[in-house]
Amino acid sequence: MRRETLHAILAAREAKRPAVLVSELDSGVQRLFYADAPDVSELDPTVRAACLEALRADRSRTLADEGGGSLFLQVFNPPLRMVIVGAVHITQALAPMAALLGYEVTVVDPRRAFATDERFPGVAVDTDWPDDALRRLSPDRRTAVVTLTHDPKLDDPALEVALSSDAFYIGSLGSRRTHAARVERLRARGFDEPALARIHGPIGLTIGAKSPAEIATAVTAEITARLREPAAGQTR
Amino acid sequence: MTTSHSDDVLETAARWRKEGRAAALATVVETWGSSPRPVGSQLVVGGDGSFIGSVSGGCIEGAVVRAALEVIESGRPRRLDFGVTDELAWEVGLACGGRVQVFVERLE
Repeated sequence: MRRETLHAILAAREAKRPAVLVSELDSGVQRLFYADAPDVSELDPTVRAACLEALRADRSRTLADEGGGSLFLQVFNPPLRMVIVGAVHITQALAPMAALLGYEVTVVDPRRAFATDERFPGVAVDTDWPDDALRRLSPDRRTAVVTLTHDPKLDDPALEVALSSDAFYIGSLGSRRTHAARVERLRARGFDEPALARIHGPIGLTIGAKSPAEIATAVTAEITARLREPAAGQTR
Repeated sequence: MTTSHSDDVLETAARWRKEGRAAALATVVETWGSSPRPVGSQLVVGGDGSFIGSVSGGCIEGAVVRAALEVIESGRPRRLDFGVTDELAWEVGLACGGRVQVFVERLE
């Protein structure tokens, strides 16, 4: 591997830029494919398509090339992130579960009585107003946004930023009635049906969850389904 | 908390090269059956035989390190196959019965 290639991979990772290292396994020749600049790599269309699919599936793989050799596509996806709005009881279970699943977790809650280190040991807690925090965190295709406050003053601004982002999952706690009211408010703010349909509400897979930890389980299961099988229908 | 195992390997690789140490990178490129480490797992090997990372549960690291030292010497990348059907099975087979292919390249 050339020095420039190694440094380019590290730079892409630092910039949270999805990339695939394409290696010819016989010659060792390598090119770096960037999802946001597919032409730079000068790869043929089949290989480019395979790179995009590998990034989506988050799975490195080999690929037979035209000359009968093998290519190795190594995926460098940015880290998974989860932004949880509301430092509530469910969050005390959800944050450590998400960390276990490999997410970089940020809990956002401007109510300082909720967002204490004591309640969230070892978790990044952001006490800015949710829309400011969300804009700064800038959700990407590897980010899940979950709102759990039940309070439109806090949840809605976060959802507005999330809906304008590429977040792969957006979920919001609340009953069907609460959710219908939420959707109405957001519609009045100019969001159309496809955008509103991105919000998972009521949040989580239907598993009869009752306790905070069970609700967190339903939420992480739903997020995993969206991450790993985005093409599958709603599993609720 | 993140499970960015390969991250540490690449950062170590860059640091070693910056310090002027020779190094090779080993990457799991294919697995068949059960294998202890997934495709994409990496190991960086220094010219002195020290290594960081893993490409198996420890069963084949020794052989990979030996091959990596040759690759550091020759500069020619290699593909190594390990598994129950491999001729090296008596020496460095995988206890789990899986097969794994490892790509080894020198860091220039």
